[in-house]
Amino acid sequence: MSNPFRKDFPILDSTFNNKPLVYLDNAATSQKPDSVIKAVEDYYRKQNANPYRGLYQLSVAATDAYEEARSITAEFINAKSSKEIIFTRNSTEALNLIAYSYGRSVLKAGDEIVIPISEHHSNILPWQQLVKEKGAVLSYLYLDKNGYLLEEDIENKITERTKIVSIAHVSNVLGTVYPIEKIIQKAHSVGAVVIVDTAQGIPHYPVDVKQWDVDFLVFSGHKMLAPMGIGVLYGKEELLDNMPPFLTGGEMIEYVYEQEATFAPLPNKFEAGTPNVGGAVGLAEAIRYINQVGYDTIQNIEEELRDHALKELSQIPDVVVYGETKAGRDRCGVISFNVEGVHPHDTSSILDADGIAIRAGHHCAQPLMNYMDVAATCRASFYFYNTIEDIDTFIHSLKKVRRWLGYGN
Amino acid sequence: MGIEQIYTEVLQEHLNSKRNKHPITNPTVRLNGVNPSCGDEIELELRMTDGVIEDAGYTGRGCAISQASTSIMIDLIKGKSVEEAVKLADTFFGMIKHEITDEEKLEILEDAIALKDISHMPARVKCAVLGWHTLKDGIATNPNNG
Ligand SMILES: Cc1ncc(COP(=O)(O)O)c(C=O)c1O
Ligand SMILES: [Zn+2]
Repeated sequence: MSNPFRKDFPILDSTFNNKPLVYLDNAATSQKPDSVIKAVEDYYRKQNANPYRGLYQLSVAATDAYEEARSITAEFINAKSSKEIIFTRNSTEALNLIAYSYGRSVLKAGDEIVIPISEHHSNILPWQQLVKEKGAVLSYLYLDKNGYLLEEDIENKITERTKIVSIAHVSNVLGTVYPIEKIIQKAHSVGAVVIVDTAQGIPHYPVDVKQWDVDFLVFSGHKMLAPMGIGVLYGKEELLDNMPPFLTGGEMIEYVYEQEATFAPLPNKFEAGTPNVGGAVGLAEAIRYINQVGYDTIQNIEEELRDHALKELSQIPDVVVYGETKAGRDRCGVISFNVEGVHPHDTSSILDADGIAIRAGHHCAQPLMNYMDVAATCRASFYFYNTIEDIDTFIHSLKKVRRWLGYGN
Repeated sequence: MGIEQIYTEVLQEHLNSKRNKHPITNPTVRLNGVNPSCGDEIELELRMTDGVIEDAGYTGRGCAISQASTSIMIDLIKGKSVEEAVKLADTFFGMIKHEITDEEKLEILEDAIALKDISHMPARVKCAVLGWHTLKDGIATNPNNG
């Protein structure tokens, strides 16, 4: 079966050691289609100038390109207005912005912030810093052995003391899709604000901020076909409006006096300095591409890949898969595993010799690794341009790993 | 030598024999080496008397390359003087960084020469040098290293 989208991704024609690249590290970053590469190039060829600042036509063109990207992004997640879309470098910066602007201005001693144990470091460290500063408490929701959040933790740990719940839409280690709507309802019932980190979600599943009634949402362009260096913070307008600026400087001001300044309205209040217009243009094109492919198609392809991979992995003795091992709806095509007796770095190097790119390590989720009591794992993660053949190549290579390290057959 | 040979021919013997993977008696130096990006961890123990490394052993966990490279190192340094051990370490770093390519100069590294091609795998360089760095740190911190 041929994949009609593969040809749009020029990098997938690369070879390593004369073996075709099998790219299975999509949770780290996705590859980019020709149309996105071209859109960025066109921007730099035809429209580049510093936006907002110039009074000449080229600068207006750059401003228009940037603001068009903002509207396209707003529409993509069904935001009420493009004022609710703040461009950042990535999810990490967006989460820091929320912690240091919103969190710092609302949190008081004794308040609680609740996050799952499976979060990426970018959704842990800003909160650790903040609770230290405020004498507040960082409290964790734990997982069952299949990677699902414990019901009793959702029930009991989100309480009147909780001011912020911050949660990934999809785990970057276990691929678990978390019950976002349920968490949001629970958090809102106690008056807490919810942040959803959809860095691993939105590349695969549609997101509608109105339907979720989510307060803040963050994601990274580079995991969803766009260039690196462009990310998105969505916030409800009334929340963003009341927040102090995060970074200060050019572009985010109205008037500046010797000792005082007034700030620009949304969204510019949160976008100090010259923005990444080329990145935003690339993101807009990535959104067009995803819409053209369609989330239904993306999911159909990925479910087939995921189910095939889980089935094949389950048939290799000495391979353990973490999280949900059965094909199911609450799991995306991000699969962490280990080969018994073999360190993940060795597994990754051996697969690399066959041109296969997977991730090995702690995946920026050390608290989860400790909770699961593993030092590190291998991770294969799929996107809709992967094929069943990619998975077969991966499985074939994986079967050799133990033999290479001298474990009989 | 490709990575396949590195794994199959060189490392296996060390990984499977585990002959240097144990604490030693009366160590004069005990030092931890960690490679945070990889999660490799070793604890190296040395017994040094009159400027000579009488005995050495290691414990820890991590990837095959870090563990086997440390084991190969221990084979090489046992019974050597501190100066010789430092020279071995510097030669090893030179080989991995591609700064020493003269085969004759590398000869003193014996089995460790098998790790030469790690220089083409930048992601694994840290693994290969972990034991050797720990050794140099250990020697530097030892008050009576002669
Ligand atoms: C769930 C999740 N959140 C946040 C991030 C951080 O993304 P970035 O490095 O683009 O800021 C990642 C990236 O791996 C992620 O998987
Ligand atoms: Zn290593």
